[in-house]
Amino acid sequence: MLETLLPIVILASLALAGLGAWRRISLWRQGRAAPVALFKGLMALPRRYLVDLHHIVERDRYISHTHVATAGGFVAAAVLTLVVHGLGLAGGVLGWLLLLASAVMFAGSILVAKRRINPPARLSKGPWMRLPKSLMAFSAGVFLVTLPTVGVLPPDAGYWLLGLVLLAVVSGGLAEMFFGMTWGGPMKHAFAGALHLAFHRRPERFSTPAGAGRSTGLKALNLDDDKAPLGVEKPTDFTWNQRLGFDACVQCGRCEAVCPAFAAGQPLNPKKLIQDMVVGMVGGSDAGYTGSPYPGKAVGEHHGDPHGPIVAREGQALLDAETLWSCTTCRACVEECPMMIEHVDAIVDMRRHLTLERGQTPNKGAEVLENLIATDNPGGFDPDSRLHWAADLNLPNIADLGQVDVLLWLGDGVFDMRNQRTLRAFVKVLRAAGVDFAVLGNAERDSGDVARRLGDEATFQALAKRNIATLNQYQFLRIVTCDPHSFHVLNNEYGELGGNYHVNHHSTFIAELYREGRLAFKPWKGGSVTYHDPCYLGRYNGEYDAPRDVLKALGIEVREMQRSGYRSRCCGGGGGAPITDIPGKQRIPDMRMQDVGDTGADLVAVGCPQCTAMLEGVVDATAEVRDIAELVADALVTSPARVQAEEVTA
Amino acid sequence: MQPDKALDMCVLVSLGRHPLTGRPRRADHDARGVELALGVESQHANARLELVHAGSCSTDSETALRSYPGMASLPSMTLLEQEEGADVIPVLGDYLAQREPQLVLTGCRAECGEGSGLLPYALAERLGWPVVNNLAAIEHIENGVATVLQALPRGQRKRLQVRLPAIMSVDSAAPAPRQSAFGPARRAQFDAQALASEPDTELAQWSLSAARKRPKRLKIVKATSARERFKAAAAKAEGGSGQVLDGVSADQGADAIFKLLNEEGVLR
Repeated sequence: MLETLLPIVILASLALAGLGAWRRISLWRQGRAAPVALFKGLMALPRRYLVDLHHIVERDRYISHTHVATAGGFVAAAVLTLVVHGLGLAGGVLGWLLLLASAVMFAGSILVAKRRINPPARLSKGPWMRLPKSLMAFSAGVFLVTLPTVGVLPPDAGYWLLGLVLLAVVSGGLAEMFFGMTWGGPMKHAFAGALHLAFHRRPERFSTPAGAGRSTGLKALNLDDDKAPLGVEKPTDFTWNQRLGFDACVQCGRCEAVCPAFAAGQPLNPKKLIQDMVVGMVGGSDAGYTGSPYPGKAVGEHHGDPHGPIVAREGQALLDAETLWSCTTCRACVEECPMMIEHVDAIVDMRRHLTLERGQTPNKGAEVLENLIATDNPGGFDPDSRLHWAADLNLPNIADLGQVDVLLWLGDGVFDMRNQRTLRAFVKVLRAAGVDFAVLGNAERDSGDVARRLGDEATFQALAKRNIATLNQYQFLRIVTCDPHSFHVLNNEYGELGGNYHVNHHSTFIAELYREGRLAFKPWKGGSVTYHDPCYLGRYNGEYDAPRDVLKALGIEVREMQRSGYRSRCCGGGGGAPITDIPGKQRIPDMRMQDVGDTGADLVAVGCPQCTAMLEGVVDATAEVRDIAELVADALVTSPARVQAEEVTA
Repeated sequence: MQPDKALDMCVLVSLGRHPLTGRPRRADHDARGVELALGVESQHANARLELVHAGSCSTDSETALRSYPGMASLPSMTLLEQEEGADVIPVLGDYLAQREPQLVLTGCRAECGEGSGLLPYALAERLGWPVVNNLAAIEHIENGVATVLQALPRGQRKRLQVRLPAIMSVDSAAPAPRQSAFGPARRAQFDAQALASEPDTELAQWSLSAARKRPKRLKIVKATSARERFKAAAAKAEGGSGQVLDGVSADQGADAIFKLLNEEGVLR
């Protein structure tokens, strides 16, 4: 009896899964068009899954083992079930292989079940709590129905009652695994996730056999077509592969665990944001969401419409604007997401609509953008006063030289007295190492970083194009800057607009000068030191080593914070967050300074003017905040190579 | 809420100039005028708002002008095309006389050109309408009478009732203008009317030079109480004790100056 019913059940669930897949795909396709290499993506899928995705999953060893057993067992068991029970080809070793696969999957599903006893707060509950049971039902059921097939148990008709029970169990498992995969159950993550990896909007971020990939720059908005809507207003304004990406979310909440805004009690939770986007695709209320809410906002009050606005002009829709403006664009969520979802892109897309179409940049946003348009700097300072801080330094101007080795990009820190100390220190270092450098002086403008993160793509592109035109007048081997935000924009975001430069952060450059023997330091006599990784240097550009190398060269042994490197916690200064200033329960820099305090360090070394400003603004801090350039400048002694060179010339 | 009659408003907007960089922008006072008009529009069911610019519209100034309709997704603004250096009062006067709006708002003073602040008065004279200067807020408009607040020095306000139609010039005490959005600004249409320009012959004879900051008298605060210190801090520079010396001899003039310098403690 099982031999007749089982193929029917399997094929029926497959057919339903196929129907669901078609429905889900047409749902994604309601989004805007996006250029995607379909075939190439599908070809790259196995590597992206087995290397890049697994690399991130492996950061949690327990779940990595669990997932390998469950998913690996499932894929093998599913294929073999189709062959053995669906097509009735039980010959030879196939049946035994199926037994093995389902046993491995069963072992994995026990681990899943164990994780679900007292699950951490970041995990979603609801349907996810039944997933281990469904996994067990599928694997155990398949195992048991395969026993008679391979001849361990006699295929006796006397087992018919047991057979029926077994069939019910297998059907339940099949329903979750095949049917639920495409009809919105927890297993949706496998179906959508696989396609998301294949058709990802940033194929460059995946590794290739040639090396690691990285893609962190925001994508430019086409401003030439004045009929095209700017940014994302409605769920259908996302590109189809972004919508596909939202569906890939497995609700593991790793993003929630690392989000600085969530920890500070600001109304943002990256996981909920992605789930809200899923709600937006089909419409309805967010009441079905079973994870942590946006802090301070109850679940079930917001409703979405596939063709209605995501953020209401008045009242409530799917999201409140302050959720979008809470983000510091620190990319911790993107870095941590095992499904490789691009949260920051989605947030900036929606911000673009709020700023460019509605003129609703909150708090100081409008003033900053107006200043950027009128004075090329966010503070509204006289652009001709950019070099006032360096009146006594006699900085060489590239306009007088035309050609130098290093163009020193100063950034808007020139107007900030704290950052001027860093810049002066770095100029001292450059001179000590005998670097041939120059500055743009008053011809430099804001890089456009803040404007872009605030959603004002028009102002960003205007600034970028004028900066590129200025830069293209001169010849230099590379740009060096003390500002990771300028570094990121010049390095990763100007390329799309026609400006390709070799850019270094000052820590990278100092490390290189030291390696070449052009700098020498006296031994470190200060107290213990920790290092804070700026988001735009670390996660955005992968530079974790150079600052640590420099500190090591200074004779400092870095006391690492618990969250450092790619897991570094944001200072709260990115993405225009200090400008939009969404209130929370505590301040992000206070939390970061607490991290510093926990290491017991007397000093925190930083490499970013934003981080310096945010961390120095913390009241009753236990550690001093110094830029790496300042530490290096203080430790300088005339290097032996330089003494020799001077003796030769003398 | 007035069901009876449509409330027709015109805001006269000019090209502004950023004080530091001199780049074209929306003029601050005019933008505040648009903000006030938008406030009225949101309270009246059948209010209508029109933006009017008289002057030339070059590629340079277009973006700046567009930022006015960009404040509230207004589909269009009226452009009364004039040549460079034209006197805009006749065209504006004719246009308003023919359009007959009930309320005309404009900034107190333009940011470029002559910037004398005389435009609202000249227009009011031409049209025979009342003029209110230094407008800070429009409280409500009922039965053709507007109740408005006029800004006076030191944060004082005077409530006025004005029969419409009227011209009101907006002060920097009015609420700050809302953000202008790029998308609506770019999509806004110009309703351009090419009109004959009347060159401002008087202005053409003037020689213009960059403004210099006037030297300011140092303020010495001899306050003994917090109240006095506050009053001194909030006070605008006061004249009043000035003396016009006309038709006096050089000696008398020198004496007067000498006396003043002694009084001020410059000479000791």
